[in-house]
Amino acid sequence: MKREWLSRFVSWVETGSAAQPSANARPEKRSGAPAGGGAVKDARKKDRYRLFFNTYYTVAVIVCLTLVSVLIYTVFHLPFFGAENSPAANEVVKRYVEKGLDETGAVNIVAGMILDYRAFDTFGESSVLFLAVTSVMILLLRDENNIDPQEDLASAHEMVIEMDNQDLILQKVIKLVVPCILLFGIYVVLNGHLSPGGGFSGGAIMGAGLIVYSASYGSVSINRFFNMKTFRALTTSALLCYALSKAYSFFTGANGLPTGIPLGTPGAILSSGLILVLDICVGLVVACTMYGFYALFARGEL
Amino acid sequence: MPALLSEIINYRFEIFAFLLFGIGFMNLLLQKNLIKKIIAFNVMDSSVFLFLASQGFIDGRAAPIVVDGVTDVHRYINPIPSGLVLTGIVVSVSVSAFFLALVQRLYKRYKTVEFDEIMVLAKKEAEK
Repeated sequence: MKREWLSRFVSWVETGSAAQPSANARPEKRSGAPAGGGAVKDARKKDRYRLFFNTYYTVAVIVCLTLVSVLIYTVFHLPFFGAENSPAANEVVKRYVEKGLDETGAVNIVAGMILDYRAFDTFGESSVLFLAVTSVMILLLRDENNIDPQEDLASAHEMVIEMDNQDLILQKVIKLVVPCILLFGIYVVLNGHLSPGGGFSGGAIMGAGLIVYSASYGSVSINRFFNMKTFRALTTSALLCYALSKAYSFFTGANGLPTGIPLGTPGAILSSGLILVLDICVGLVVACTMYGFYALFARGEL
Repeated sequence: MPALLSEIINYRFEIFAFLLFGIGFMNLLLQKNLIKKIIAFNVMDSSVFLFLASQGFIDGRAAPIVVDGVTDVHRYINPIPSGLVLTGIVVSVSVSAFFLALVQRLYKRYKTVEFDEIMVLAKKEAEK
């Protein structure tokens, strides 16, 4: 039935006489067209469609090939791969690497960079994630403004099937695995300033643990400890905490005041000032967001 | 000829990144299925990340994690592209999720994810 519309549309385009006065096949010649000639207008429309169908693929392929060849030509003028004196490795890098440990206290220079020197950027990043999950919620959340009786019936049916077919092996394995996943996620978040990882990767791991649990035990079981209320509280309080702590450090930094936050000994878990707090905030936001995406796409509710 | 070959081998990551970019871009333009368009978009994202990561690499140096308190710039690779890639991955995930949500709404309305069919059905609806 879907295909029928398409074929009818294609035949409608195809049947028009090609010998129409198509003096100018430009798409924007509407303004001067006489209102009387309905047939002429129709034919022009068909001409436009035919022109589009015929040229779109060729133009697309030509544009892509040109773009790729220009880019690959440019590659040969880049600095040598792995060269020491490439212009990207300039005095900013020197500063970050040589002073980073003293100024931020983070052993992981990337963590010190993104959560201290460029923390405003990372705040924007977390806000982008929050904004994305908010817009997905606006689009997919099933509430009083977005109800479809047929869909509710389908989801209720699915719930019944889920309840009747509890997979014992899967659930037992998940019961063993999920605590390890969550623990590993927490480890990655807490060691963000000491080792590879940080808020984003650790949060993604924790979110994956929640997703696995939710997929094997169903929504009822996970809603006992993670529902809309906890989601809202966790994400907003984490973002607020991030914003407030960073606002404090920006305020003191801009006015040349001492922050009063000890940097600690590099390498210890309680070191590097605010970076640990910010990592935890980011990790919470990311974990909630990942699980939120899954739940919204799978069930339309958290 | 061997000179060109050695150049290509030297720039293999950048060349592969741009080939991947081309593959993603061509699919983005030519695929009719909206889900495949989103996948192509993600391929383009990955190519940009590969390019950035390859630009930050410096031969014979370690990852930018201070070991034994040595803060010498000649010992670690460039940390800035790593941070940029981190930002990029997060934004790419958010954008993909938003696209997929829009596609799901379109599917609910038109019962198809083919772009041209949606256009025809939308036109039909507008004419009514």
